[in-house]
Amino acid sequence: MSEPNGGGEGPSPRKDADPSGPSDRSDPSGRSGPEPVPAWQAILRGLGPRGLGLRIGAPVLALLISLVITMILLRVTGADPFSSVQSMVDYGTTENSIVDIVNRATRYYLSAVAVAIGFRMALLNIGVDGQYRLAAFLAAALGGALTLPAPFGQMLVIVAAMVVGGLWAAIAGVLKVTRGVSEVLSTIMLNAIATGLIAYLLNDQRLAEVRPGSNNVATPRIPDEGRVGSLNGFLSAIGIDLPGEVYGLLPLAIVVGIVFWVVLNHTRFGFDLKVSGLSPSAARASGVDARRMVVYTMVASGVVAGLIGMPELLGASYEYSLNFPAGLGFTGITVALLGRNHPVGIALAALLFGFLDQTSDVLQEVDVPKEIVGVMQGVVVLTVVIVYELVRRWEIRLQQRAVAAELATGHDLAREGSTS
Amino acid sequence: MTSGAAAHHVRTGRFEAEFEAEGALVPDQVPAVRLTSITKRFPGVVANRDIDLTIERGEVHALCGENGAGKSTLMKILYGMQRPDEGTIEVEGEAVSFRTPADAIDRGIGMVHQHFKLADNLTVLENVILGAEPRRFGRIDFASARAKIREMAQAYGLRVDPDVLVETLGVGERQRVEILKVLYRGARVLILDEPTAVLVPQEVDELFGNLRELRAEGLTVLFISHKLDEVLTVADTISVIRRGTTVATRLDPRETTSRRLAELMVGSELPTPELRESTVTEDVQLDVSGLTVFTPEGRPVVDDVSLRIRRGEIVGLAGVEGNGQSELIETIMGIRHADAGTVLFGGEDVTHWTTRRRREAGIAYIPEDRHRHGLVLEGPLWENRMLGHQTRPPNVRGPWVDRRGARRDTTRIVQAYDVRTPGIDVPAAALSGGNQQKLIVGREMSGEPRLLIAAHPTRGIDVGAQAAIWDHLRQARADGLAVLLISADLEELIGMSDTLHVILRGRLVAEVDPRTVTPEELGSAMTGAGARS
Repeated sequence: MSEPNGGGEGPSPRKDADPSGPSDRSDPSGRSGPEPVPAWQAILRGLGPRGLGLRIGAPVLALLISLVITMILLRVTGADPFSSVQSMVDYGTTENSIVDIVNRATRYYLSAVAVAIGFRMALLNIGVDGQYRLAAFLAAALGGALTLPAPFGQMLVIVAAMVVGGLWAAIAGVLKVTRGVSEVLSTIMLNAIATGLIAYLLNDQRLAEVRPGSNNVATPRIPDEGRVGSLNGFLSAIGIDLPGEVYGLLPLAIVVGIVFWVVLNHTRFGFDLKVSGLSPSAARASGVDARRMVVYTMVASGVVAGLIGMPELLGASYEYSLNFPAGLGFTGITVALLGRNHPVGIALAALLFGFLDQTSDVLQEVDVPKEIVGVMQGVVVLTVVIVYELVRRWEIRLQQRAVAAELATGHDLAREGSTS
Repeated sequence: MTSGAAAHHVRTGRFEAEFEAEGALVPDQVPAVRLTSITKRFPGVVANRDIDLTIERGEVHALCGENGAGKSTLMKILYGMQRPDEGTIEVEGEAVSFRTPADAIDRGIGMVHQHFKLADNLTVLENVILGAEPRRFGRIDFASARAKIREMAQAYGLRVDPDVLVETLGVGERQRVEILKVLYRGARVLILDEPTAVLVPQEVDELFGNLRELRAEGLTVLFISHKLDEVLTVADTISVIRRGTTVATRLDPRETTSRRLAELMVGSELPTPELRESTVTEDVQLDVSGLTVFTPEGRPVVDDVSLRIRRGEIVGLAGVEGNGQSELIETIMGIRHADAGTVLFGGEDVTHWTTRRRREAGIAYIPEDRHRHGLVLEGPLWENRMLGHQTRPPNVRGPWVDRRGARRDTTRIVQAYDVRTPGIDVPAAALSGGNQQKLIVGREMSGEPRLLIAAHPTRGIDVGAQAAIWDHLRQARADGLAVLLISADLEELIGMSDTLHVILRGRLVAEVDPRTVTPEELGSAMTGAGARS
């Protein structure tokens, strides 16, 4: 058993790097072995640079790049980029604008968190739009029909919206695990069904009434006891006086963000969810019930989606009418991408989108079509996504080299432990 | 041959070589491919070390080696998917440097991957020309492509209808399409990576027929396999690679035996896996009876398997890869559903338990594919320590993740199992394979498991780590752990098992005594050729 095998040039264990080869299936080498995570997956699952400097530096860099691209775009459309941006900033920082921006951002934030919950486990809930509209509509009808003393009416409406959103999303989850229907398709179709359902029920013969003096149709108004007052009282108490009305349910969005963060990072459920998103195969081998996780995650996403319409419903419109804000679910997808599915990132992204939306009107004054704002939003998202991904890959390479280097210089936790 | 002229047209690129070969029935002076002292390192491991390999024109050259010996890395280097750190590649006597597979294809080197890369919803014709479409007046010239494929198919005996959809084809036919695809791009050297792994015996015979025709047409075939009987059947010459380097080159299959090849592949200088006194008790920890699992097509992959593992016993399962081992362990883990039969764990019927419940009951699992099933590569080490144990202390407290506990225990594993890492916050992807595996072993050994399912626990890792993992297995066995061991390393199986079963096509076909069996006998039992005990 020794003849032609190179004369026993056997490896001497531990002396130097051992010549064992990577196995065919599971190449163990750090650098080339694991298939790199495809960019789109990395984006959806919130992978990004880990170092704090890069986590802040990367988006700042991306925003600068997108600002430059935007200015070039403005230049191409014939406007003066500097004065346009200047007037956007001027207009966006007036007190009136700030209130509107915060209110818009609140809605975007809830919507993006709903989307992000699914994204973190690689579930694409495109149906946030239908979920929140149906939830807001049915909750509005319920709130308009009942008069309950102060905290109970509001709570009932909010809980009803969460239940409706969760149930509507659950349909897609159940279809996926029982029939293998892609959640992308089912949620898109459920959006259409929700639209049809609302159109059918938003009728004076059914759950709504015609507003006298206009041809608007709306659910009965929620009585005064069931409304949530604006946050302005609280804000002036801490010394901030604003002209407009800030949504009274703004704190709800903050709470949702905190809960999202805590659940994701500090609970078993969040761990299972993250692992399912990063490696479904490893999650299954570790005992995560993939089917159950799909349904739970869809429901959680739908429950948060149910909240999207609440600040507006309970704080401003008090009814669901034809004018109720639509399309927030789709904006949420973009905001979640921009915010890297991270609660803080999403908050910043929601504010940025709110700012861009709010200031689009002022562009017309400098002869720029307001639609250019849509282009800007697209540019921002693309730049951030691309820059993040590039930085992430660069960092992984750096890390592997750093690990090899640290081990080479003897910084080794295993050895330190045995000597101490 | 009526289409002779056209066939020559197809093979213009090889015309000269063929002519020479016909003129003189001796091997060409210039080898088709010559690899000289190829070395490739990855962090922590040397995948290839000083490999010298010469492949003559017009031969079927088999490259054998165990899983993890470095065959695939070598082929990736030859096909331009990876670049060697040292060494040179010569094609037709000319030194080349491939940056991408496209460069390799330009030099006439084509690769047929183990996993097919075909578009199911396109026809054979479309698949073959995809990316290399012949154009005529700016449009794809399907007519000439079809004619060319027909000619090639006939010339090489690769029967396949160019106009059927790939999704209607069987595995053997798909493989022929892959080969056609490579030939269509003008390959003169074909690399076939484990081509028989997915084929049934009749298809294997057909493939070998095709390979002989390719050789007759003057093409060179590099055939990668670890199935020794097949290698001996089809190859003109055989090279063996072990632990990253060639231990024998250009063996003549008529002068060697599968026994010799097995010896070469396994080698003799490994730290010997062995068990000392028996610790087997009378308590049956795992009792599998009549377990059957079907593929979606209704073919049994695990066929009426019954086996018992007692506390303090290591039961080895020997088998050529793809004979139902993976399915069997996944069923015991609850990742797959049993279609028939029962699994008793410590006397309790766990057949319908979820994976998590089984893990909580004390079944530990070292999966065969650590990247896909064992780790979350993007996650830091301490999160990977929680994986599979995310319902138990020290990782969680009630529904909450106990970060401090998990981190502290990760540090313990890193130190106790000698995981070489600068810290526990680095992502698992940054570690070398051996260290990743040590982390997994340490994780699975914690929480006082009662049964360990270890699939290829030492695959592709360095010798030191291998010996350490064997030590841990021995220690756990002495402490009363029941172990189901699956390995492609026959010495490991023989040395580390108290009881040894052979699995073939989903059935346990033999039980051999690990104290008396030799790797050669075991090898032939695994292929179904040897005498069944």
